[in-house]
Amino acid sequence: MVELYTQMIIRWRYLVILLTVATVMGIGYGAQKLSFSNDYRMFFGQDNPQLLAFEKMQNTFNKNDNILFVITPKDGRVFSTDTLAAIQDITEEAWQIPFSTRVDSITNHQHTAAEEDDLVVDDLVVDPSALTEDDLSRIQSIAINEPMMVRRLISPDSRYTGINVTVQLPGERLDEVPTAVAYARGMKAKYTEKYPNLDIRLVGLTMMNNAFPEASQDDGQNLYPLALGFIIITLLLMLKGLSGTITTFLMIIFSIVTAMGLAGWLGIRLSPPVMSAPIMVLTMAIADAVHLLVTMKHEIHLGKNKVDAMVESMRINFWPIFVTTLTTVLGFLSLNFSDAPPFHDLGNIAAMGVAAAFIYSITFLPALITILPARSTREVTGKYAMGHFGDFVIRHYRSLLIVSSVVVLILVAMVPKNELNDVFVEYFDETIDFRLDSDYAAENLTGVYYIDFSLGTNESGGISNPEYLKHADDFVQYLRSQPEVIHVFSLTDTFKRLNKNMHGDDPAWYKLPEERNLAAQYLLLYEMSLPYGLDLNNQIDVGKTATKIAITLETLSSNEVLAFEQRISEWLQQNMPELEGNGTGPTVMFAHLGKRNINSMLVGTTVALFLISMVLIVFFRSLRYGLISLLPNLLPAAAAFGIWGLFVGQVGIALSVVTGMTLGIVVDDTVHFMSKYLRARREKGLDAKQAVHYAFNSVGIALLVTSVVLVAGFMIMAQSHFELNAGMGLLTSVVITMALAIDFMLLPPLLIKLEENGEIRV
Amino acid sequence: MNIKLIRMTFAAAAIGCLPFALFAETAEEKGLAIAVEADKRDEGFGDSTANMIMELKNKQGDTSTRYIRIKTLEVIGDGDKSMSIFDEPADVKGTAFLTFSHAVKPDEQWLYLPALKRVKRINSKNKSGPFMGSEFAYEDIASQEVEKYTYKYLRDETLNGIDCFVIERYPAYKHSGYTRQVGWINKEEYRPEKIVFYDRKNTLLKTLTYDGYQQYLDKYWRSDQMFMENHQTGKSTKLSWSDYQFKTGLKDRDFNKNSLKRAK
Repeated sequence: MVELYTQMIIRWRYLVILLTVATVMGIGYGAQKLSFSNDYRMFFGQDNPQLLAFEKMQNTFNKNDNILFVITPKDGRVFSTDTLAAIQDITEEAWQIPFSTRVDSITNHQHTAAEEDDLVVDDLVVDPSALTEDDLSRIQSIAINEPMMVRRLISPDSRYTGINVTVQLPGERLDEVPTAVAYARGMKAKYTEKYPNLDIRLVGLTMMNNAFPEASQDDGQNLYPLALGFIIITLLLMLKGLSGTITTFLMIIFSIVTAMGLAGWLGIRLSPPVMSAPIMVLTMAIADAVHLLVTMKHEIHLGKNKVDAMVESMRINFWPIFVTTLTTVLGFLSLNFSDAPPFHDLGNIAAMGVAAAFIYSITFLPALITILPARSTREVTGKYAMGHFGDFVIRHYRSLLIVSSVVVLILVAMVPKNELNDVFVEYFDETIDFRLDSDYAAENLTGVYYIDFSLGTNESGGISNPEYLKHADDFVQYLRSQPEVIHVFSLTDTFKRLNKNMHGDDPAWYKLPEERNLAAQYLLLYEMSLPYGLDLNNQIDVGKTATKIAITLETLSSNEVLAFEQRISEWLQQNMPELEGNGTGPTVMFAHLGKRNINSMLVGTTVALFLISMVLIVFFRSLRYGLISLLPNLLPAAAAFGIWGLFVGQVGIALSVVTGMTLGIVVDDTVHFMSKYLRARREKGLDAKQAVHYAFNSVGIALLVTSVVLVAGFMIMAQSHFELNAGMGLLTSVVITMALAIDFMLLPPLLIKLEENGEIRV
Repeated sequence: MNIKLIRMTFAAAAIGCLPFALFAETAEEKGLAIAVEADKRDEGFGDSTANMIMELKNKQGDTSTRYIRIKTLEVIGDGDKSMSIFDEPADVKGTAFLTFSHAVKPDEQWLYLPALKRVKRINSKNKSGPFMGSEFAYEDIASQEVEKYTYKYLRDETLNGIDCFVIERYPAYKHSGYTRQVGWINKEEYRPEKIVFYDRKNTLLKTLTYDGYQQYLDKYWRSDQMFMENHQTGKSTKLSWSDYQFKTGLKDRDFNKNSLKRAK
């Protein structure tokens, strides 16, 4: 069958090549449709409960993506006429940032004061050039004593200040984020030049959104050339011939182009996780070609011509390659169970690429390689070394079985040392400006983690109820006493200030109004006096049934966020059970994502494991060996997580997809080893020891080489500046290494041991 | 060529150009002329009273309603004086808001807070903040004096079967929340049918549509329903007007600090 098919391919090889190129060009055209996703919400599925809660919050109040200008005067004085003039200047222009709806700074802060029976509402800084030293220190004292501003827009030491720009993206076009960011960066450049005394940095959610495509492009620029160089060197080393190298190189490029082209046609958006798909496809595709070409070379060495050699190679390798492709595809498809859509895309693109690599390996590759010249070369080196290693394993199989089992058991026992934990700012490493600037902001001015808390009553206008205000204030005070909390923005502070203003600015009246009507009327008065964009709509819902309390936190890990969330909701439950309190925001969403992803990937991995085992049972035509193969398929991931637990100990959302994904890859080693073992038992009638020897001899070197290639490929991924990709690459490398070790040192002794007590029919 | 002929030539040329000179009204002049005409048609109403129901809606679909009575006194040569008295929600009942609106100066505003039994003057240059948390800024519902804007005629256009002038106007007030507004003015009645607002960075912010126009005293058109939609936040506000009365005999003395306390 396969022989006949291969002969047909070779007979029509020019047509096959033409058709392949045409197909690749047609599908590859779709890659033009690819665009970068720039919204952190991409990490959340449409029915993610935290996302839904967040959207509800945003629909009730206002959306709150932001760009925060962190401004550091080099002379260390925010409150100087020059710096204030600059802040005012930048504040004014910040209203021009595309999609901005609100700008808050120390200069446009709506300061309220009493003047006889007047309520004076004005910008805190009106005309900086006219300010005397006395004015400056008065303004400074107002700013750093105003709970709305201190540690949010001004550092307590008055050395750092912020201008917060609220950005409301319509979400209709992909260029919204880059447009806003480009304007903000333009401003940064312009004002750094205009005011050399200022150091300006940009942080905030919109900047983070923009960092995603930038990290993706960064990966594309830095890792792809590395990966391409890597295959060329690998192929030259392994195939020792230009023909094989060119053929394989083209085949791999075609596979990647096909995968990315299909992604384009399917409308998949590029995100940092997706950017690792080409590297994965490239790495996986090498194996198919290497198996085919190494056998072909071997046959030529034995005296066959290149056509016959290819036919023989196809006969031997077709089914193993088919099965390993199938299992790899299943493994990648298990990523569809992930809770984070970018991993679906990654899995699907990699699966399509691996499938394409198989198709091109059995069409384009035999067609082209039989056109190009082939020289008989030396046998692939190392074969005898592998044979010796095999003999060593067979000789010491009992002790090896014990040692290997003990080592694996110890490693598996280390798995619980892993803690499910993520710090989402650290998704970007320190080469990315966003990360550096966020760390700087967190260190000097304010936090970059936000939780928005909606505190609601069931009563229309209920927020003016003194009881509600008292509760809200208690809650705010409680929050402010928490060590993680940097800033709490709450309407209760405004109420206190207005009450004071209404009593001739008497500090004794800096307290909540004690009567409902009074509170409601203060609010009305205050609302009437606010300027465009600085209204209370972001703090109060339309029915005045709830207020939004905005909490700024230190940089925390997901576990710490979850613990904080738990602690405050318990406190609320205990102290004010009648109020509805819900905390949301990207911080909370990302914190929950890890756990949700682990749970969903547990299902995905189980399904993949079941399907892959079925494939193996059918392929081995043996339930027994299908089940035995579970061990070398599952243990590598478990052992790798054990090593991870020993050396790293933190598992985030990216690593939770590794088990499912690598399952399909590590199976390949098992498939090759077991199929050779079984062939020796069945066709050659060898006993277990001899069959193990045969398997080592025939595929040992190939397994070693492909594993080295895979590890190298994934180690390139590990160089990503995007932590999710880097972690995924590193852990996958460890899994593959463990898989090889187990296939060489645990599986063979086990096979021999199982048949110690007499021959078993296979 | 004799001098007489030259003179005649010039004269002929001048006469020939005359019709062009009449038509060569600039877009700015035409826009202003439309605004002046609209203002003229609304002149002389003296005073009016009306009830207003304000319905707020957010993107989530939650709604909230307020009830307000509004009294207006026409002031020739300046912005009108108006008094808003809040009936609902209950916790602001009796709160009254007095405004002397001005074209290019800050408005003068006083608020009577029944819970405090005091009149407070709001000393603020802001006119563009939301009126009672709605999508209407005070400057959107205040009287529309000609001097509040400069104008430019854009084109003629039919809107829902109504022939309209489309004019653009630019706020003269420095602290306005808008860069410009585009208005569709009914050609026959010189009343606004729709106004589109552009924010400070000149992007689309809100659309106000007028429905259910009624004519009072055979002259003054008032809309029963004004609907403001904020395109950036997805929120909207509907104002429903009823019980319009004109020339009720209100005087200047009904619009001062003392009358505020008595307003109820």
